[in-house]
Amino acid sequence: MPPDPLANGQTPAVELRGIDKRFGTVHANRAVDLTVQRGHIHGLIGENGAGKSTLMSILYGFYTADAGEIRIGGVPVSIAESKDAIEAGIEMVHQHFMLVETMTVLENVILGAEGGALLSRHLPAARDRLKTFSRDYGLDVDPDAIVGDLPVGAQQRVEILKALYRGAEILILDEPTGVLTPQEATDLFRILAALRTQGKTVILVTHKLREIMAITDRVSVMRAGQMVGHRDTSATSPEELGELMIGRKLANRLDKAPVRIGAVAMDVSGLSVRDAMGVERVKNVSFTLRQGEIVGIAGVSGNGQNELMEALAGMRRFAAGTVRLGEADITPARPLAPDALRALGMAHVPEDRLRTGLLPSFAARESAILGYHNDPAYGRGPLLDWGVIDRHTATLMQRYEVKPPLPKLRGSLFSGGNQQKLIMAREMERDPKVLMVGQPTRGVDIGGIDFIHRQLVAMRDRGCAVLLVSVELDEILRLSDRILVMFDGRIVGDLLPEAADERQLGLMMAGAN
Amino acid sequence: MSGTSLKLPWWVDYALLPLLNLSLALLVAGLVILSTGEDPIEAVTAMVQGALGSGEGIGYTLYYATDMIFTGLAVAVAFHCGLFNIGAEGQAYLGGLGLTLVCLYLDWLPFWLVFPLAMLAAAAFGAAYAALPAWLQAKRGSHIVITTIMLNFIAYALMEWLLVNVLIKPGQMSPETRAFAPNAQLPSMQRLLGGLGIEIAQTPLNIAFLVALVCMVLVWVLIWHTRWGYGVRVVGASPRAAVYAGIAPGRRIIQAMVLSGALSAGVALNEVMGAQHKLLVNFPGGYGFTGIAVALMGRNHPAGVLISAVLFGALYQGGAELSFDMPTISSYLIVALQGLVILFTGGLALMLRPALVRLFGRA
Repeated sequence: MPPDPLANGQTPAVELRGIDKRFGTVHANRAVDLTVQRGHIHGLIGENGAGKSTLMSILYGFYTADAGEIRIGGVPVSIAESKDAIEAGIEMVHQHFMLVETMTVLENVILGAEGGALLSRHLPAARDRLKTFSRDYGLDVDPDAIVGDLPVGAQQRVEILKALYRGAEILILDEPTGVLTPQEATDLFRILAALRTQGKTVILVTHKLREIMAITDRVSVMRAGQMVGHRDTSATSPEELGELMIGRKLANRLDKAPVRIGAVAMDVSGLSVRDAMGVERVKNVSFTLRQGEIVGIAGVSGNGQNELMEALAGMRRFAAGTVRLGEADITPARPLAPDALRALGMAHVPEDRLRTGLLPSFAARESAILGYHNDPAYGRGPLLDWGVIDRHTATLMQRYEVKPPLPKLRGSLFSGGNQQKLIMAREMERDPKVLMVGQPTRGVDIGGIDFIHRQLVAMRDRGCAVLLVSVELDEILRLSDRILVMFDGRIVGDLLPEAADERQLGLMMAGAN
Repeated sequence: MSGTSLKLPWWVDYALLPLLNLSLALLVAGLVILSTGEDPIEAVTAMVQGALGSGEGIGYTLYYATDMIFTGLAVAVAFHCGLFNIGAEGQAYLGGLGLTLVCLYLDWLPFWLVFPLAMLAAAAFGAAYAALPAWLQAKRGSHIVITTIMLNFIAYALMEWLLVNVLIKPGQMSPETRAFAPNAQLPSMQRLLGGLGIEIAQTPLNIAFLVALVCMVLVWVLIWHTRWGYGVRVVGASPRAAVYAGIAPGRRIIQAMVLSGALSAGVALNEVMGAQHKLLVNFPGGYGFTGIAVALMGRNHPAGVLISAVLFGALYQGGAELSFDMPTISSYLIVALQGLVILFTGGLALMLRPALVRLFGRA
């Protein structure tokens, strides 16, 4: 692929030429070229594992390229560590924030750029600069708020402020909307637009086509370590980008058989859940889940969905109410532990993949038996037979397209999508009667999303009752046979997807009804 | 990802790197010895010679290593459950109490009964003393590092009081019990091997060493090949994942600490029943703390614990010989040397790795 020529002959802000990087047998970047024009929002799109993160890590100095050249503002530079990148005016806002949660916004922003041993002299100046940024870019954050108390969207703004404070001219955002609510994402895009107006260059790494179409000027597509195309955003379409990304045509719609509702699988009545501080997070929630249907719970994150799921999964005690699962009645006086619930045919794909659903520091095969480690099939008596577990994991990986299919590979070395597929595989393969799924496609690439959605529909078609919690409205609308909307711990809406539109759902989610 | 997670040939990670670290520690130690006006080459030779140069030296090295295998395993087991057990010292001390009670009052039984009973009593006392902070951690959230440190001091005080006032052999000044009857003493390795026609030097090395090796294998099986050990490691890696999987973290914490305390009590088996044949003040001698370094250096793996315990045993024995051979080198210098080894092989274990990655890291 020849270098991407620029129409107007201006010196580009960033030029990467022939970047090559191998990790062992994995050729993560092959002769990748990328040209980013100054004052542009440039999208970098590709599936997980396509090599976008590697490329950006090379630009930011986390890795050194095996071959290739980096030019910043037309000047060849060598970036051996992040310090070099920062000096060249490049800053990165990571997917997982690098903030000290116990410190204030101001303290976080000046971290690493304190400007001397005595803070007292420097802080007022820093506060002033922060105010300027807030005004110029619409970055509203209280400088004296404790970071840990802020919602995710505001924490991300702190990250951006931090980058600007250190003099960033080129800002890399790695999957910035992965953790944001739709409203927060809209705010972020407004901020990015303001940055562009002020002449900053933004590289937006994402796998969400919609974001690329909404905000970028130009987009580069990566697949399997290679750059497969550069397009002006105005001259392309989501369909074209999607095809470039996955190398084949993407089925736009999910073909779902008409719903065939069976018997009641789970009946929740009057459920109330309190958190550790005694605050009621789930308030008198009642609903019924039947075999063969997908019930989607829509809502802005933090409105009790997480607590509801954890209570139903036995991870958290509830304060009042009854859950009837098959023949068993679960009440606050007679709670059931997660292993007992599994024995009754409940499976749970938790929202928090890295801390709950998976063991990132362990081999994949150890995550593949999490929760089912007492299954007699995995070894005799108290012993675990890793040979059997290895073969079992390999089968799961093959059937659910987990890549690379290596049972002994550490969990953290799989991409988000593949981690999720492994968890799905574990929870689905026992044909549970009830499957609870939280944010199944958060941080998962397009191909993976499609696969996971098809698997969920297949479960439903086999008669499983699926309870889906997601903050992605698209996902809820695409999959659900019935939609419940949660706001402030209550169910404020119960509707059929045919009768629902995004605007109406958005209003319900915001508590406007 | 930083350079520390890049792949290297296994022998670089598990042999070359530790060896280089050890050499660095010895190099710095040599400089310190040089500054005192002694010949470092001579000193190192004396140490190595003293630790490994004779049957007697090896015997003492393995005798010291026995204590550190027990405490190293104890720390490692707790570590896999996400717990830092600083209390192996006190647990070993209390284990000595249980063991002594059997050896003093049940010594009319034959050896083949006294031995397992004494072992069980030691393990039970050590376990009980570890269960206390574990229970506080699991139910009350009291941090186990703090509680185990404090319980060490309570163990010192309790045992000294018992030795001075209750268990002391009447009619003597030193706070120690009477010697155990012969059928309440562990046979030395010299006697055991002598019975098989193998002659070795007379040292305190006794069959507690074999018990330590058995424990090593058992811990390996337990932690990596049982459902219980899997649960322990899940709790250590992520308590939330454990709850999700239906593993109760509090219960595993208590169980892991009970096992840890029981392993600590192995020190009593080696020292009290194997070497001294009586209970005396402060017999754990700091092995509970050395066990932390041994476990860290051995990366909390039983085989690693064995290797680092033998290394530390050699340092103890070599150091003792060195201060005997070269009296100008004070015993404090030996402690400093041991500190350097811990620093380079433990604290700075990965210092040279980036350089080795550049040398060998061809994928």
